Amino acid sequence: MRAFPDPMTPESSCVEVTLESDLKNVEVAEEITRRVAGTAGFDEDEQHRIEMAVHESMINAIWHGNKNDSSKSVWLQFKIHPDRLEIRIRDQGNGFDPKRIPDPLENENLLNVSGRGIFLIRAFMDEFRVEHVNGAGTEVTMIKRLSSGIQTKQGGTDREHESHNTTS
Amino acid sequence: MSMKATIRQVDSVTVVDVSGRITLGEGCTQLRELIRDQLSKGNKNILLNLADVTYIDSSGIGELVSGYTGVSKQGGALKLLNLTKKVHDLLQITKLYTVFDVHDDEAKAIGSFAKAPSA
Repeated sequence: MRAFPDPMTPESSCVEVTLESDLKNVEVAEEITRRVAGTAGFDEDEQHRIEMAVHESMINAIWHGNKNDSSKSVWLQFKIHPDRLEIRIRDQGNGFDPKRIPDPLENENLLNVSGRGIFLIRAFMDEFRVEHVNGAGTEVTMIKRLSSGIQTKQGGTDREHESHNTTS
Repeated sequence: MSMKATIRQVDSVTVVDVSGRITLGEGCTQLRELIRDQLSKGNKNILLNLADVTYIDSSGIGELVSGYTGVSKQGGALKLLNLTKKVHDLLQITKLYTVFDVHDDEAKAIGSFAKAPSA
């Protein structure tokens, strides 16, 4: 795992990490997400939702993309923009078409045991897209926007400062 | 923190106090085996107390659904007690809040089993 800077420093507008494709690293990704989302100015509820979106994406990348092969890896990138947090997660798999996943809210699917991961990501994030990267695997991009009412004690003035000084 | 469960019997109801994470892997496997074990002992009225569940993911939700349908098929009932806000929100957005019988008072939850035809 590559070392990442302390997310509490103002210059850390971009965090990248490569993790071994192992389920134990899902919690590592969650911890990084929580800290980055906090730095970006999201409140605790939003931090949890973003963390869950990353959790589900990590499970997809490790379990479905990399087929639970620990010799493979998962790459994550977090970019803090003045108005949003952008997260990219790339596995070494062959990709999937999210349109082919049945709607878990349909009555006939309501009691399905699986098939809610992508639905939860869409519910918790503002944007979600999947791209196949030639020769490199599948990359998921998730964006969460900072709404004006979301800034809390750690957002406030810090956020204003950040909006003038961060680049990504 | 992985999932932990403590089982107690109250009248005809098996109350399972669950804590920690119900996520893909260990947490889901533990919950699945626990419910299967209770069914094999003939305990078909199961109340899952989720007050101390810190995290549940899509696989954990799937495991609750699996438990619900499995217990129902055996003529029993699986109900939920003391949802945290996070779990409550998840069940709402997945439309499962209307599927599960959810309680926030243990005595009333146990009483609701007694009224059920299967009890």
